[in-house]
Amino acid sequence: MSIKDQKLFRILAVALLAISVMMPVAQADDDGRDEKYGEKYSGKYGGENRGKPLQPAQTSARFRQECSSCHIPYAPGLLPAKSWRKMMAGLDNHFGSDASLDAEDSRKITAFLVKNASNRWSAPTAPLRITDSNWFKRKHDDHEINPAIWKNPKVKSPANCGACHPQAERGDFNERNIRIPK
Amino acid sequence: MFHLFRASGLVLVAVVGLAAQPAFAETPGEIQASIQQEAAGTPGSREFSAARGEAFFRTKHANDWSCASCHTDNPAAPGKHARTGKAIDPLAPSANAERFTSPKKVAKWFRRNCNDVLDRVCTPQEKGDVLAYLLAVKK
Repeated sequence: MSIKDQKLFRILAVALLAISVMMPVAQADDDGRDEKYGEKYSGKYGGENRGKPLQPAQTSARFRQECSSCHIPYAPGLLPAKSWRKMMAGLDNHFGSDASLDAEDSRKITAFLVKNASNRWSAPTAPLRITDSNWFKRKHDDHEINPAIWKNPKVKSPANCGACHPQAERGDFNERNIRIPK
Repeated sequence: MFHLFRASGLVLVAVVGLAAQPAFAETPGEIQASIQQEAAGTPGSREFSAARGEAFFRTKHANDWSCASCHTDNPAAPGKHARTGKAIDPLAPSANAERFTSPKKVAKWFRRNCNDVLDRVCTPQEKGDVLAYLLAVKK
């Protein structure tokens, strides 16, 4: 191999290495179903992944008081910071209801939500509904959950996390703790 | 000199004591009185009526919901959020001593719920009638 060839070989090797690093890491959990949920952005679930559960020391009494009157206090790590900013800016029409807060509560709760938002969300998306995120859809599709379960009146709606995740209020959705109501 | 010193100390203790009270805690009666004051300033205001309040509470107005949609026809019983199904504690003070003791909460929920039920804010007359009704509900 001439010196010129060796140089070319080295360049090719570096280029190959670079390509392999840049290629998206395959994330298929088991059967490649993840492709359906987008691969455009790096990280699991096309970049729409929830964060780690909130530690008890990180909870906010103000958040719990104000955000659990009508629904469970959804854990901030379930959505990215951008979603929470959007949500808090539109509380006067919050999924069809007026959930407006005074300026001080709004500012402090927004800060809490943004600080504890998902740290594993790399996509530029910012859904308002937790159920619109790729991680949620993937984890609750027909392969994971028998569609009949959703029709159980004790479950009522996918927004009713606590029906099957008794630790939901703490942001704990660990599969070991799931209890599907009969 | 000593007396003056002691007196100012007492004033200080009194002021600190006041500040340590829970923020704005009031009784439903006091809250009703402040709605009364608000109503007195509006033309055509009448004495608050529990009967009118009850009719208002159970009637649908601009939207699909009435107050009773979530708080039920019996405000002394627990309610349920019409959309999310989340449990709502009883609204009548006879059944839930916490109700109508915080002006901030009262203002917040009248603002939100009137907007949802009527698509507008409630008049002081409407709020006063509803509170008269809720105060009349026995457990």
